[in-house]
Amino acid sequence: MAKMTQAKRSEAMTPAPDLDKLIHERMRLGIVSALAAGGAMAFNDLKAVLGTSDGNLSVHARKLEDAGYIACRKFFDDRTPRTEYELTPSGRTALEAYLDQMEAIIQTARR
Amino acid sequence: MPMKQDRPTLRRAQPAVPLDDRAASQLRYIRETMQRTATFTAVPGWGGVAMGVTALGAALLAAQQLTVVGWMRVWAAEALVGIAIGAWATARKARQSEAPLLSGQGRKFLLGLLPAVLAGIALTLAVYGFDIGPTNEYFVRRGAVEATASLRLLPGLWLMLYGAGVVAAGMFSVRLVPLMGGCFMLLGALALLAPAVWGTAFMALGFGGLQIAFGLYIALRHGG
Repeated sequence: MAKMTQAKRSEAMTPAPDLDKLIHERMRLGIVSALAAGGAMAFNDLKAVLGTSDGNLSVHARKLEDAGYIACRKFFDDRTPRTEYELTPSGRTALEAYLDQMEAIIQTARR
Repeated sequence: MPMKQDRPTLRRAQPAVPLDDRAASQLRYIRETMQRTATFTAVPGWGGVAMGVTALGAALLAAQQLTVVGWMRVWAAEALVGIAIGAWATARKARQSEAPLLSGQGRKFLLGLLPAVLAGIALTLAVYGFDIGPTNEYFVRRGAVEATASLRLLPGLWLMLYGAGVVAAGMFSVRLVPLMGGCFMLLGALALLAPAVWGTAFMALGFGGLQIAFGLYIALRHGG
């Protein structure tokens, strides 16, 4: 029985081929998760939630924006430039698919 | 004598983490991030406590007024004090979290609250400043103001509208905020059904008691 469990675990350790690498990365996963829960969020609100730096958030947000997972809106608030992010429908679909994949991996290992 | 080490120690390979453990860790991270986002609120807890304390003071003053005009003046002054405290506390909390005041969570809260506040001002003027004559005509009140309808209607109306505004504004905040709005609405409905002389007590209970209780909880649970 123990051997079988070990075999299953070894099988589960092989990398999943169709994993979305874009949101598999922690910071990008955090951005997508935060926007899924909080709706449209200002850059500084998102930074506070994720506890990261301006540069780090900008770099990862740009990658998600390029992939069409999040939309970025820039505007002026009393002459101060503001940035707001929102999850796009394809970003939400990607997060849901990623959640399904993670759950499937766990289920496979438990069987 | 110890042998001199002429090259860095080889790094040991990290033990491989099973894929299901990594998947569980990713799911945990998603859940924690979503929870953190949901508990991030621009509503100032200590500001709410301060607003509640001034409202209790206003209720004491209002209860001593002999005329409706005096009673209205006390609550109008308290509304201005409350707005000032709320604005200052929100700005302070936004500054502390390095978040812009008029974008993101703060802007959503303000936009949600504003329609109910404006409706409250309009209805207050309608109840206080106008009257219905014997032939059902609607006219501007003149001379000595009795305005007893103000005492009868305004406490419930203010509590309900403030509650409605907080429910709408709180949709983008922690669940506690719309719950607070719901409590205000319930209290307002009770105030509308209760005798007019209980109006000030309902105001003290809502704008004082509820504001302090929820403010304390927000301050201790959600920071500031």
